[in-house]
Amino acid sequence: MEEAVQPAHVHAPPEGFISKYVFSLDHKMIGKQYYGLALVSVFMGMVLSWLMRFHLVWPDAKVPVLGSLAPTGAPGGLITPEYYLSLLTMHGTLMVFFVLTNAPFAGFGNYFLPIQIGAEDMAFPRFNMMSFWTTFAGFLVLVLAFFIPDGPPTSGWTAYAPLSAVGKDAGPGLGWGQNLWAISIAIFCVGQLLGSLNFISTTLDLRAKGMTLMRMPICTWAWFITSCIGLLAFAVLLPACLLLLLDRLAGTSFFIPSGLVVSDRLQNHAGGSPLLWQHLFWFFGHPEVYIAILPAVGIVSHVLVTSMRKPLLSAKVLIYSMMSIGFLSWMVWGHHMFVSGMNPFSSLLFSFPTLTITIPATIITLIWLGSLYGANIQITSASLFALGFVSMFVSGGVSGFFLAQPSIDIYLHATYFVVGHFHMVMGVAAIFGILSGTYFWFPKMSGRMMSETLGKLHFWITFVGTYCIFMPFHYLGLVGNVRRYSSFVDDFMAPLMPVHKFISIAAFITGAAQLIFLYNLIHSRFRGKVAPENPWNGTSLEWSIPSPPPWNNFGGKHPVVFHDPYQYGVKGSKGDFVMQDSPEQIVSG
Amino acid sequence: MASTVYQHVASSVTERTGHAQATRSGVWVGIFAITMSFAAFTSALMVRQGSGDWQHIMLPPIIYLNTAALLLSSITLERARRRAARGSTPQFRDALPWVAATLALGLIFVAGQYLVWRQLAGRGLYLATNSNSSFFYVFTVMHVLHLLGGIAVLTYLIAKIASRKGTPRWSLFEGAAIYWHFMGILWFYLLVVIATRL
Repeated sequence: MEEAVQPAHVHAPPEGFISKYVFSLDHKMIGKQYYGLALVSVFMGMVLSWLMRFHLVWPDAKVPVLGSLAPTGAPGGLITPEYYLSLLTMHGTLMVFFVLTNAPFAGFGNYFLPIQIGAEDMAFPRFNMMSFWTTFAGFLVLVLAFFIPDGPPTSGWTAYAPLSAVGKDAGPGLGWGQNLWAISIAIFCVGQLLGSLNFISTTLDLRAKGMTLMRMPICTWAWFITSCIGLLAFAVLLPACLLLLLDRLAGTSFFIPSGLVVSDRLQNHAGGSPLLWQHLFWFFGHPEVYIAILPAVGIVSHVLVTSMRKPLLSAKVLIYSMMSIGFLSWMVWGHHMFVSGMNPFSSLLFSFPTLTITIPATIITLIWLGSLYGANIQITSASLFALGFVSMFVSGGVSGFFLAQPSIDIYLHATYFVVGHFHMVMGVAAIFGILSGTYFWFPKMSGRMMSETLGKLHFWITFVGTYCIFMPFHYLGLVGNVRRYSSFVDDFMAPLMPVHKFISIAAFITGAAQLIFLYNLIHSRFRGKVAPENPWNGTSLEWSIPSPPPWNNFGGKHPVVFHDPYQYGVKGSKGDFVMQDSPEQIVSG
Repeated sequence: MASTVYQHVASSVTERTGHAQATRSGVWVGIFAITMSFAAFTSALMVRQGSGDWQHIMLPPIIYLNTAALLLSSITLERARRRAARGSTPQFRDALPWVAATLALGLIFVAGQYLVWRQLAGRGLYLATNSNSSFFYVFTVMHVLHLLGGIAVLTYLIAKIASRKGTPRWSLFEGAAIYWHFMGILWFYLLVVIATRL
């Protein structure tokens, strides 16, 4: 039994403000909404990191205005140690979930995946809309924690039990603040599951004629692999959050052990396993690293190959390497738990696949470097951030070699070395991927060009500033500077304060430089030079339609694909490239 | 320099049925995610079982009647699918009584599960009483919540068929059937886990 082929338009053209800009079914608007949410979140997260860096180096100084915003956490503007942990928790949660997952995957993926495969929209536009608004609800619930008397949670973005499970006895923020955190993340999981479902079905079934799987651009592959990872990862975090909420609200004992005394009170729970939370969380948590970084790998590859004007050494090997990383990501969660007290033999078992992941990661890097060798790369803001990504990916990845070995990790685990490692390889690297994608695709998304001068200025301050912030973290970690402390003045770490001051000043400057980007983004949106259809002479399908694209992407036509995605440096063609939907025959030479 | 001669391949690539196929894929992808969630619950059970405070609970016999109702509902839905599949276009009206029977059996299952919870509560076994009862409620409530999704789609299908204003998409009907059968399989798995582990 088969039904007729569906009509060309999956939904009617949007009419009116609400259906066009708010409850939109259009994947492009939903992509922009995700990007906007990530933008708000990243600036919030950045301000929180500023507050932390300020307090670390001037622990007795008062922060103007903060005293009235958080009278309990920062009475008179003086940040308490507990509120420092709240800032740390909210910074991590906002950045990991609402920035690093939202922008490179849900934001750009929503906007460009359907276009790059020649589809008119996602397979399930209503699910897509629900996905964003669910995520937005999760964001509101999380931010609400700032405005309740209990304050935001203090258990870190990893919410380790039993601290996160026992309730208000454990201290400020661990009553309703922690409840809101768990509810927010559970809601976020639902949104991401709906999104992943859409990405997978769309990629498998809505590709245009001629768009075989291996003809999909690398970033489409990255979004597809990421959605497969996300589907499984968030399907585990959601039950974990539900069990955490049951422990907190219904009196169950999944994560709280027997005989636990907190604040001189015996907790009315028995037999729970704190390690169980860590297992469930990191089973999600490590794949989450790749949910953040793989889309950036795809975006950067897409930008680099366009800027180099020649094909990558092997796009296929790069895609297979991304698949390998996706597969291995499920076997390594225990490397976050070397110091948790789990069986030391388990550590060995987790260490081996962790080190193995470096093989596909190295192959990807070598493909980039080998392709760059001899290339006459066009230096644009987008390509600079792409090159910056490669630099961060390597610098942050190398420290992973050390942490993957239990004997070294036991020494370094609770230090700033780990903070430096994951901020470089997962945080800033992914941000560079997002920025590269923004400079590259902004003309398509808005119909206007961004200022290249401001873009390059933004790049150099951010690139140098990032290294100034995160490289010294490794040094601090090696000399034993513990993380999560709110100040270092009264103990043996006091001699390290000059390094901390340097880092804080670098963080303020680098953060402020992001205002250049924000100005460029907003100013260019309204006053930028009008963008042509294909400003970078790209070959994939998004460059074959107007900037910005019409509501139905291809104007009701069905694109036909004839070529692999990266036909650059082609002799005999009009330019040096042949677009994917061009029937022009490419003759080997 | 590209080293391959590319030819016009459009005609050689089969045009996909698009959204109908995507609906089927979506159902399978959803099933995959749900399976993963219940795998997480199961592994939580295995870890938690090592704590040494495990107290087995006696299952109310009505749970087996509920199981029979759910298995029977899969048979009625398959009957509906085959009825509808006769002919070149979907014969939804022929299938309507069987879809309605499926919905009724699904609702009987949910009501039966509610009675199971009442009986356990009557014995003093609540969500937080002990670890076994916690997992029992988590497994059964989560399954019912997922089943309610299937009930909602069946209700929509019945309303659409009965209204005579257009017909539902075949892919939706087929997807609902796949999901419903999966709910039966999932319940059978959970019953085995519950009966042997709790």
